[in-house]
This record gives sequence, C-alpha cells and structure tokens, in this order.
Amino acid sequence: MKLLILLVGVLAIIAIAQLTKVYELTRSMRKTREEDISPADNKLQANLMLVWMFLFFAGVIYLYSAYGDYLPEAASVHGAQVDSLMSINIWMITIVFFIVNFLLFYFSYKYYFRKDRKARFFAHDNRLEMIWTLVPGVTMAFIIVYGLITWNNMTGPASADAIQIEVYSKQFGWIVRYPGDNKTFGSATYNLIDPSTNPLGMVTRENIQEKVDAIDEQIESLKKEIEANAKLPIWPDSYLESQQEKLYRLSRDKQRILDLNETKNPTTGLSEWEAGADDKIINTEMHVPVGKEVEFIFRSQDVIHSAYMPHFRAQMNTVPGVPTRFKMTPTITTAEMRNKLGNDEFDYILLCNKVCGVSHYNMKIKVIVEDEKDYIAWLEKQKTYVAPAEKEESSPTTDSTTVTTIVVPNNKVVAENK
Amino acid sequence: MGATAEHNHAHGHDSHGHAHHHEESFVSKYIFSQDHKMISKQFLITAIFMGIIAVMLSIFFRLQLGWPGESFGILNFFLGDKWAPDGVLNGNAYLAMVTIHGTIMVFFVLTGGLSGTFANLLIPLQIGARDMASGFLNMLSFWFFLASSIIMVASLFVEGGAASGGWTVYPPLSALPQAMPGSGTGMTLWLLSMVLFVASSLLGGLNYIVTIVNLRTKGMKMTRMPLTMWALLVTAILGVLSFPVLVSAVVLLLMDRGFGTAFYLSDIFIEGQALDVTGGSPLLYQHLFWFLGHPEVYIVLLPALGISSEVISTNARKPIFGYKAMVGSILAIGFLSFIVWGHHMYVTGMNPFIGSVFVFTTLLIAIPSAVKAFNYITTLWQGNIRFTPAMLFSIGLVSTFVTGGLTGIILADSALDVNVHDTYFVVAHFHIVMGMSAIFGMLAGVYHWFPKMFGRMMNTKLGYAHFWLTLICGYGVFFPMHFVGMAGAPRRYYSYSEFEFLDWVMDLNPIISTFAIVGGAAQILFLFNFFHSIFYGQVSVQNPWGSNTLEWTTPVKHVHGNWPGAIPEVHRWAYDYSNPEHEEDFVPQVVPLKTGEHGH
Repeated sequence: MKLLILLVGVLAIIAIAQLTKVYELTRSMRKTREEDISPADNKLQANLMLVWMFLFFAGVIYLYSAYGDYLPEAASVHGAQVDSLMSINIWMITIVFFIVNFLLFYFSYKYYFRKDRKARFFAHDNRLEMIWTLVPGVTMAFIIVYGLITWNNMTGPASADAIQIEVYSKQFGWIVRYPGDNKTFGSATYNLIDPSTNPLGMVTRENIQEKVDAIDEQIESLKKEIEANAKLPIWPDSYLESQQEKLYRLSRDKQRILDLNETKNPTTGLSEWEAGADDKIINTEMHVPVGKEVEFIFRSQDVIHSAYMPHFRAQMNTVPGVPTRFKMTPTITTAEMRNKLGNDEFDYILLCNKVCGVSHYNMKIKVIVEDEKDYIAWLEKQKTYVAPAEKEESSPTTDSTTVTTIVVPNNKVVAENK
Repeated sequence: MGATAEHNHAHGHDSHGHAHHHEESFVSKYIFSQDHKMISKQFLITAIFMGIIAVMLSIFFRLQLGWPGESFGILNFFLGDKWAPDGVLNGNAYLAMVTIHGTIMVFFVLTGGLSGTFANLLIPLQIGARDMASGFLNMLSFWFFLASSIIMVASLFVEGGAASGGWTVYPPLSALPQAMPGSGTGMTLWLLSMVLFVASSLLGGLNYIVTIVNLRTKGMKMTRMPLTMWALLVTAILGVLSFPVLVSAVVLLLMDRGFGTAFYLSDIFIEGQALDVTGGSPLLYQHLFWFLGHPEVYIVLLPALGISSEVISTNARKPIFGYKAMVGSILAIGFLSFIVWGHHMYVTGMNPFIGSVFVFTTLLIAIPSAVKAFNYITTLWQGNIRFTPAMLFSIGLVSTFVTGGLTGIILADSALDVNVHDTYFVVAHFHIVMGMSAIFGMLAGVYHWFPKMFGRMMNTKLGYAHFWLTLICGYGVFFPMHFVGMAGAPRRYYSYSEFEFLDWVMDLNPIISTFAIVGGAAQILFLFNFFHSIFYGQVSVQNPWGSNTLEWTTPVKHVHGNWPGAIPEVHRWAYDYSNPEHEEDFVPQVVPLKTGEHGH
C-alpha cells in the first residue's frame, strides 16, 4: 500500500516533468516567450473566470439550501434576538458577496487582453470613492447600533429573582451546583478538592479538618522516612531532595487551608461555610425551568474551558481563578423541542468549546428544560451536599489528638452525589 | 523631498563597485549572504519547506476529520505506531498537528515567508537602493528565522509531542505540563522558537522601515512609491510595534512554566494536586497575545494586498484605481488593527462594555477594506487584462478577501460571536480571508517576481493548472466550513461522533477532506514548476511583464549593488499604464516627464 502510494506520487511527478519537457520543446520550436500570453490562452482564462463564477455561485446556493437551517430555532429569549440579528447580517453579506464576486469575475472575463485596444486610463474618481466609503460606513453604523443593543440586552445584570446555577468545568467533565433552599452557594476552594469525595472543593469545617488531617498524616510519614534515611542513608541525593520538596509543598498546602477565612454572603448574610450544606451537586445532567431567567456562574478547576450551548445561542469561557457569568431565559422545553423536531431522542447539550486536552471533543453534559413544576420536583429529589436527616445522628469522630487551630463541631456525613 | 542624498548612493556604489568584479566565495554568496536578493531567496525556500510540512500536517488531521477512526496507511507511515497506531491518528497527535499547522502557517509561511521574501527582494529594488540599510542585520534576521524554524520542526519529534494547545497556546493549558502531553518539552520548544522568530521579525522589520524611509533614490517621493512599498512599510511598523508584546507574553509564560511565577495562573487543581500559584489571570495572556495577534492578521495580509495591487495594475495595463485611497486604507487598517484585539475575547469573561468598544472599532475596519476591494474591481474595469498566473492569483485574492472579509462582520458583532465563537465558522472565516488571500498573494508574488529572483521564467501552463485547482479546492475546503460552524460544531475537536445534533452536517466533512487532499496534491505542480524553473526555465528578459517599477531596470543577472551603473532617477509614479499621452501601454518610472505632461 505504502509502496503503491509512493509509486503513484513518483509517477505523477515524472509525468509532469515529461509534459513540461514536451511543452518547452514546442515552445522553443515556435520561438514563443513564456510571458507572451497567447490570445487563445488569454481567452480561455477569461472564459474560465465566467465558468468558475457560475460553478462557485451554484455551489454556494446549494450549500445555503441544503445546510442553511443551521440550528433549530433559538430556545432562549436572547437567542431569538441573536437569530434575527444574524439573519439580517447574513442577508446583507450574502447580497454583497454575490454582487462583488460577480463584478470581479465578470470584469475579469469581459476585459481580457486584446491587441487593438488600450485600457482606459482611469486613475481616480473622488465621487466614486466617496460612495464606497460612505455606503459601507452607513451600513456599519446600522450593524453596530443594532448589534450593540442586542449585546447590551444579553449582558446586562441578571434580575434579582434569577435562578443561580453554578457550572464547574474540569478535565474532562462538567459539574452543576444548585444553591438549595437558602439560595446561597457555600464557598468552595481548589485547596480542598478531592476528585472522588469533594470534586468542587466545598468548604465546610469537616472538609477542612479532613483535609488537614490527611495532609498531617502524609507529613508525618514523610518525616519518618526522611529521618530513617538520615540514620541510614540509602536514597540518592536527588530523591532526597524531591522528598524534601514534597514535604515543603505539603506544609504550604496545609498553610493555605489554614489561611481560609469564613465569609458571609453579602446578600443573604449566611455563613458561606455553612450555607453549602443544602447545595445540590450533580454531574450527570443540568435541569433548568422554562420561562425563568437563569444566571450561570462558571468556574474552572484546571484550565480554560468554554460552556457552549448552541441551541440557546449561549457561550461563556470558564476560567480558573476568574468566575464568569452568563444569563439566559429558556423558552422551549425539551419535550416541546422534541415535538418540533420530530425527534424523540433530542436533548439540549452543553459542550466544551475551548481546547482543553485530549478529551476536549467529548466533554459535554445534557441540559433539560422543563416546566417549573417538574424542575422543582426534580430538584427536590436531588441529594443535598450534607444529608439533613443524618445531621443529628452523626457522632463526633474527630481525632482528638490532631493539633489544629480549627474548632470542629460535630462531624457530618458527606453525601456522595453520583 | 523624497530625494535622499544622492552622494550616499554614489558612495555606496563605489564600495560595492569592486565587490561584484571578483568572485565571492560559496559561503558568502549562498550561505552567509548579506545581499538582500539572496536573503529573499533563502526566506522563500525555507518558507516553502515549512509550507510543505504544514500542508502535510493539515492533510493528516483532515483524514481523521473526514473519516474518523478509519485506518490510513499513510498516517502510520509518517507518524509511526506512537501517534497513529494502526493508521488512526490519536487524540493528542491530532491536537499537536492542528497546533503546529496553525503556527507554521501563520508565523513561518505567511509572516516570515511572505514579508521576509518580498520585503527583502522588493524594498531595495523598488525604491532604488543598493541594498538594505544593514545587510548584516538582514542576514541575522534570516538566521534567526531558520533557527526558529528548525526548533519548531524539531518540536514535532520530542517525547510527548509538539505543543498541542492550539496556535494561540492559552495558559493554563500551555503552562501546565500536567494538563496534556504537548505542554511538556514540545511547548518549551514552541516558546523558544517564538522568541527567536520575533527576534528575526524585529531585525527584519527595523531594517525595512529604515531602508524605505532613508534610502529612496532621487525622485522617489513617498507618494510615488509602488503600493507594495506602502504595504511592506506599514507591515514592518505593525510588526515592530506588536511583536515585542508577544515576546513579553511568551517570556512570562516561560517563567510561569519554569520559575514558579503566577502571571497567568491562579486557583488551579490539577492531577490530584492543588498548585501554589495564586493571583495571576489567564486573561492577561490573552490580552497580550492578541495585542500582537490581531495586528499579525494584517502583517500577513497587507503584503499580499500590496503585491496584488502591483500585479493587478501591471496586468490590467491600467493604473491602480485610487492610489491615495489605497495608501489611506493601508494606513487606516494598520492603525485600527491595534485597537481591535478584544474581538477575540468576547466570551472570555472580559467586561461586556469593553466588548462593545471593540465591536465598534472592529467594524470600522470594514470601511477601508471595502475601499480596497472596490478599488481593485475598478482597476479591472475597462482594463486590458493579461492572464498571467500571477494575475490569476491576484484576482483570486480579491475574491477571497471579500468573501472571507464579509463573514468577519458577523464575528466582529459580539452578540453574534457568542454563538459562533471558536466554531468552524471562525475556521472558515480566517482561512479564507487570511489564509487563502495571503497564500494567493504570496503565490502571485512568486510567479510575478520569479524572473527577478532567478533570472528565468516559470511555466505558465502549469501555473494555470495550479491556480484553478488551488482556487477550487481552497473554496471547496473552506466555504462549507461556514455551515459546519453555524450548525454549532466547535473547532479543534478530534471527532464529532459524540454529538447527535451535528450528525447532519458531518457529511460535509469527507467532502472538505477530499478537497483538502486534492488541493494539497495540486501544490506539487507548483513545487515542480518552481524548482524545475530555477534550473531549466526559459531565461528571462529584463522586463518581461512590461512593468513600470524600478526593479525591472536592473540586469537579469544579479549584481551586488543592484545597478551596475548609477542608480536611476525616478520621474513619475509607478502606475502610468496605458497613459493616453504615451504610445506604449506602460511608462517606466525612470522615463522623464514629457514637456507639458502632468506628473504624479
């Protein structure tokens, strides 16, 4: 197979070489110069310009007709505005596209070289140039104003009763969090993340304690190993160095956790270390109610991702260290959209649209739009971060020997949300 | 005004006068040459090799996109078992291919290759100078370029693969080796290569500016310069002002990678570990990068527009329409290109109000661009068009410039960008407006000035075939991508099989890939024509295209110092084609005005 490809390639080049040779021989026999384009050649190229133009336009028209319905109708309030802005823009640029390409290829065809003719000496014309400065200028002014009105509607502050949903990205998946009945997100920090038990890094006193304990344990065992090695050195220096480096890093990790301060939510006044107990964390799908404004708050664990929901014409990057926001009001439920499309399998989707690593192409989460009633019922069924029923039953299991400055109340059982 | 001290030239000539009598050694003539004509050939040939690599990479990933998961012997043949086990490109290799394809095309082919080749070749020849202001800096510029090219290509061969975060290499992805294999050694090499590349650009750019401003021959007023000179001058200014910002972005990124700083990093948990770094912002990198990145688009495009202005006017046998408006729009585009970088960042979390400012400035660029397009078309109107391959490519350039530029209006509009940002719509847009246009401009330049570079002619018939195949395949690849993108398909996806809502547009992908493969193969025609003609092409006459500009007054066989005698004096602008007051349909710039003739 490889040999065949190679052979075909080599043969093709030899063929070109032979053809060129023949061409050059005939040319030198006729004593023509390369730069003298023969009238026949020139006419052929002119005709090809016209042929190409028709082919090109036919292809473009075919693509418009076959693929012009690029997405189903927008499923959000701002999405509908975006779509009408888009269709006006598309109309305008399509018209200009056809006119300008027509003029270009038609003139190329019409004014091909003829010996008996001289080109018109036409160096400038202020009136013409004024026209094609002003017309695009006015058009742009219209597009700018219309575009910015839409943009301002999209990006203004969310209303006070908007439902807040946190969308959290990581390599490679999405996690959504609902603030629960107290409408306040508990605080979260990357310092407390544990991929299996605490993927968002929720801050509670127990989580802090657990993490500090775990780090202390690691520090202890590492210290013991280093001491043992000091008595009987068996490690190569580089390994010793890396272990000491690790020890140092663990102490910094611990310090950052100890430096965390309890904060109060500015609007509800609740402690953000406690408010998270009723937060609901889900990594399988996101539900949003139809007809209600939703404000997404995006955070990222590792690298930049982008939360892209094409059916809602919504997109926002998720940036580590910089929370971002996007608001929208869904208008069509999943069930309605399935009806419209005649596709029972259809689902809205949130996908990653900023290259983030090897599984970038597969990083998605299903979005379900439903009536508010269904939405509330669904949300009710979801486990809270800290299971309320077990709150009182749990007994103190804190290791009393651990040296820490943190006051730890009764431990709570962490609900696993799978 | 424009006349620069003639005695300087006379002086310069004296010192060179002897130089071209004795034979130069092979090394000083072909390798460490300080002659601008040789350096331009070095740039061109390096860029052609880089272009071959970039096109091959694109064919590799187009195979995966057209027929995902299918086995291709050719992939395994070139990439081996590690990157293409069983002939299927793996995910990391795919991202590396995409990234290096973009990097090589944007920087090495269309910046270094295009500016390096034509600024070096044309600036001294078209303004009437013996050489660049500093031949030595010019030589350094090439050697930095070559070194950075070699490092970039070498990065394809390191363990873990080349940089894979897209050609914009956004941190934290590019800053953290844990994030992907390509962010290891490959990324370090990418950054080092970039630093050298920028050094090359700056050395070149400063030289171009100084030469154009100071070394014009007598009578060569700024307003008499060919548009290529204006385009290359503004390009060089853009480069000198924006490339240092890229270096700063790159150096800060190197420090974040290697020295524990946190310019771009904050609050990161990766590979089971919380990182120490806090307080940086990934958005800072994007601001710095795009402060170069957007002018870069015009660094790529303006030389191509300058070349096509020259080629269209010469071959339409007609003065370029609206010379002053053309110069004005080059200047306007150059200025505006510095205040539009934020349009790459509408959905990054940048303040929406700042976004609206960038909407305004970005859409303003449509105005000078429209002026240019209409002026080209008016130049063709009632012309007497000779279809040389260079002319065909220039006409193709006007088409792609318009077609691709129009979709820019959608992307500039922040409200619309939200839904097409980072989709194939963007890929279609910039490949047409910047990729195809700039490549067409470059190819037009090669066909047009090949006789000047090598003293021989390229084969016209092969040029015709090359043009039509390239035009058809180029549009065949990139036009359908608009629709793929509008349907919501993100770029840089290894496969789209996971998304049911995209299934219906994905039947375009095999078509796109087929066009890409045929279009890539069509470049063999050009390569053959190019290298064959260097040695066996018909020997050129002094002014084969009947052109007005000064470079065609130099002898066909290169001499050091360009003109064997005194540098000619310039009496008129470069566009006296079909001037009714003259018999011939062209009047070279060195022809004195007739008595009573109105000069320009």
